[in-house]
Amino acid sequence: MEEASDQQAHVHPPPEGFLRKYVFSLDHKVIGKQYYALGLLAVCIGMALSWLMRFHLVWPTTRIPGLELLSKAGAPGGIITPEYYLSLLTMHGTLMVFFVLTNAPFAAFGNYFLPIQIGAEDMAFPRFNMMSFWTTLVAFLVLILAFIIPDGPPISGWTSYAPLSAVGKDAGPGMGWGMNLWAISIAIFCIGSLLGALNFIATTLDLRAKGMTLMRMPICTWAWFITSCIALLAFAVLLPACILLLLDRAAGTSFFIPSGLVVSDRLQAHSGGSPLLWQHLFWFFGHPEVYIAILPSMGIVSHILINSMRKPLLSARVIIYSMMSIGFLSWMVWGHHMFVSGMNPFSSLLFSFPTLTITIPATIMTLIWLGSLYGANIRINAASLFALGFISMFVSGGVSGFFLAQPSIDIVLHATYFVVGHFHMVMGVASLFGVFAGTYFWFSKMTGRMMNQTLGQLHFWLTFIGTYCIFMPFHYLGLVGNVRRYSSFVDDFMGPLMPLHKFITIAALGTGAAQLIFIFNLIYSRYKGVPAPENPWNGTTLEWSIPSPPPWNNFGGKHPIIYHDPYQYDVKGLKGDYIMQDSPEPSAG
Amino acid sequence: MSSTSYESVRKPPPALGVSKASSARVAKVLYGAGEASRSGIWVGIFAITMSFAAFTSALFVRQGSSADWAHIALPAILYGNTLALLLSSATLQRARRAILAVAATESHAVRQGLGWLMATLALGFVFIGGQYQAWRQLAAQGLYLATNPNSSFYYVLTAMHGLHVLAGIAALVFVMSRFASRHAALRRSTFEATATYWHFMGVLWLYVLLVLRTKL
Amino acid sequence: MGKLFAIVLVIIALASAYPIVTHMYVMPEDVSTHGHQIDEQLSDTMAEAGISFLLAQFVLAIFVWKFAERKDGGKLKNFPGGAKIMVAGAFILVGTEILALGVFGQRAWANVYFTPPRPDALQIQAQAGQFAFYFRYPGADGKFGAIYPDKIDEGNQNYFGLDPANDIESRDDIVSAELVIPVNREIHLLMHAKDVGHSFYVRELRIQQDFVPGLDLSVHFTATKIGRYEIVCTQLCGLGHYNMKAYLNVMAQDDFEKWVKQKASEL
Repeated sequence: MEEASDQQAHVHPPPEGFLRKYVFSLDHKVIGKQYYALGLLAVCIGMALSWLMRFHLVWPTTRIPGLELLSKAGAPGGIITPEYYLSLLTMHGTLMVFFVLTNAPFAAFGNYFLPIQIGAEDMAFPRFNMMSFWTTLVAFLVLILAFIIPDGPPISGWTSYAPLSAVGKDAGPGMGWGMNLWAISIAIFCIGSLLGALNFIATTLDLRAKGMTLMRMPICTWAWFITSCIALLAFAVLLPACILLLLDRAAGTSFFIPSGLVVSDRLQAHSGGSPLLWQHLFWFFGHPEVYIAILPSMGIVSHILINSMRKPLLSARVIIYSMMSIGFLSWMVWGHHMFVSGMNPFSSLLFSFPTLTITIPATIMTLIWLGSLYGANIRINAASLFALGFISMFVSGGVSGFFLAQPSIDIVLHATYFVVGHFHMVMGVASLFGVFAGTYFWFSKMTGRMMNQTLGQLHFWLTFIGTYCIFMPFHYLGLVGNVRRYSSFVDDFMGPLMPLHKFITIAALGTGAAQLIFIFNLIYSRYKGVPAPENPWNGTTLEWSIPSPPPWNNFGGKHPIIYHDPYQYDVKGLKGDYIMQDSPEPSAG
Repeated sequence: MSSTSYESVRKPPPALGVSKASSARVAKVLYGAGEASRSGIWVGIFAITMSFAAFTSALFVRQGSSADWAHIALPAILYGNTLALLLSSATLQRARRAILAVAATESHAVRQGLGWLMATLALGFVFIGGQYQAWRQLAAQGLYLATNPNSSFYYVLTAMHGLHVLAGIAALVFVMSRFASRHAALRRSTFEATATYWHFMGVLWLYVLLVLRTKL
Repeated sequence: MGKLFAIVLVIIALASAYPIVTHMYVMPEDVSTHGHQIDEQLSDTMAEAGISFLLAQFVLAIFVWKFAERKDGGKLKNFPGGAKIMVAGAFILVGTEILALGVFGQRAWANVYFTPPRPDALQIQAQAGQFAFYFRYPGADGKFGAIYPDKIDEGNQNYFGLDPANDIESRDDIVSAELVIPVNREIHLLMHAKDVGHSFYVRELRIQQDFVPGLDLSVHFTATKIGRYEIVCTQLCGLGHYNMKAYLNVMAQDDFEKWVKQKASEL
């Protein structure tokens, strides 16, 4: 009788039919995998674009066979034009920031594991959840459409500074419909992300199982929760900005376009707008976006580290509070992207201090991770290697933040490769290391099969060394004053830097190729991997208390009760050195 | 399956039914989801507030950035619209009282609740129609979206608010259809969320009006 | 495998630091009066950041070396002092670092932005447009003629949109594609964007400032060394961005005067 009423109480009935099960699924686990697949597709395209860019930078006149099929005008005869380089960098940045770094660590893993880790059967609003994925997919397709239309993709970079982005086709072919598609895509993406963030927050607040107090949530759940709070505010600002930009482009308003502009010999009919307004709105979103990319990976890495070390962190609480303060401070620092953009120089000083202050919680987290390794018994596997690699990357990318946070140094390093190296390491590579770690860790739960360790570790070594070879030299280039977003280094000054550029390009091609191992491993292990037990890593959190892969309603219609803090390791439990969160056995501590 | 270590975490929230027959079907109350939509609506309101704050700060920055700001005279009909929207909040409260008092069999209370909901919906349409009328009046004066920055912001803010009101109207229609139906259940939380959202639309409109009236 | 990780990490850290320590890649020599402060600030920061970088990577390597896949089966233990010492350490270390960098760094910034240009500074207007810089000197009257965007006509070399027929002040304005300045004299560069955002970056001058359409911005600087330096646009400005460069030509005072005279005679 109770069984029956429990069944009835589920958020939605078991899915039937292929469409409901795998396509228009309401199940958070399927949606999480869909996000993961979308992120994977986007990262493949984004990486291919970066290959083309790197290739063009060092062999500008070498033909790439077949490339003319991508764009006749942009790559006539398979040779990339310097103009098309700008399209490539715009699309690379947009795909990576929005569709990879926001989707993979946050939307994909968050969707899959947040409900499970708090003991819920699904998200609070499964229909919204499905909608948020499908709107994100539409946003992706709209963006990709820019490659296909005759004028090609926009050329204004992922930041789309006005008035270049606002004046329309006069600013270049891609700035016509290509730019429209960009703005529409991002606006749609905002809507999808807002729905997703709303869902994450409501789920975390309301659907926690009995006994799952806020402080008993695993660290990665906390990270997703904090991230969704940031995303809710950030995308709520980017959406209006995109709407105003589209109106400037299509309806003749003048929000971002000042008077008296002469673009392509045509006096623009706009007047009085403020280009800095776009920058403020964009970076008010843009800086928190950096933390949307990195916070989930911090959470995932902490989660995996604890499991691999077989002992809790020195303090999980401090990690959580640090993530909160990073999230909080992220709202006061957007101006550090605009030190040389004509903002009041006093504001630069004001923005510099909170930016430097963010270093404190970031350092605390690093020290906690490092200090926790002391005296542990670290299991080495692909997941823990990537987690350790994350710490190393985060430090490397983080220390360069010291430079850019200071307006005076930013005068010389702004818009150079130093900045490119900095953000690729700290928000790109570090965040992706979190995704890799998460994949090797949770693949067994998501598919029911173990991921191949040999291939996984090989993938780690190549990626770890490779990414350092790519992004460390970026800093050196920047220190010489090599400016970014330039597609040719023809003049004398850049000449001596060409060997370094060649080194980076070769490293990038090699590291990119190493990712094929990962993709092969995903496919191979999905079908041929060793069947996974329920709890292969002797984990303590709820995802390890259910079968691999979990049934459609996660806990088989039951509602778990939580008895312990999330990380009861290094104790004498019934099953070994750990106690599961939902195990009624007494805690040793 | 042992059920010793598991138990139902929350009692399902009570459903609002129309009749005995339908309340049997209404028992399919979704586990836990009732509470979720309650905090969900506040999270949503928070996001909407944030995006209107973004529009507002854009407005003030734009106003200060150039001397081309020409204050437009707000059409008088806006105040009538305001009245309609505020009145609709009052009728919704009456509907709420009736609906929450509905016992499963009291059909007159159902009729009463539906009546007040209908009134709310009608006032909502009056507001939307009035807003449209205000646009036409401005257009007749030659003030279009791109005429000057003040008119741009006027159209953008009213249109964004109007879209959100339309979403509220859709939610009201959904609530009414569920409430009137003999076969479907209306979750209390759904109704409460819709009501909260609708009241918020009124508050948001007062805010928009204030911003539009402010002259720096 | 843990030991391999430690070794690889140490190699990476040392290899990363090597080009920095040996000054393999440094910015071209500073030729401005304010730049040395930025350079000092940069090298101070480099020292602090470098030490933090090496220290963190080494500690990570050591801990992984020691504590990965332990065979001894010994008891797990915690870092003495626990989380408190980490938090305190972060606050003290980074806090002082922030204060030091923040406070000292502001001096360089203040020197660039909060000191007004000297009244006798030479005023030059820079216009950035897709995809070229033009520079305008006020001429003998010391006044710039007004700009009329609708009069811009590149075919007739009216890059600024001047109206010499009706505007006396613009008649003696000298327009040049190269920024020619006298050495050791302060320059007050008035920045004007013709179409979209651009930026003015001269590595040797340690100056970077965006051109923002609709905003009147300016920078001031003094070049201390005769020579020819590259000016690049660092703000993505459209198709020809890769081609948007100009040169800064720092001359002796005499040569500069000669140049001005010659330019004026061409008008």
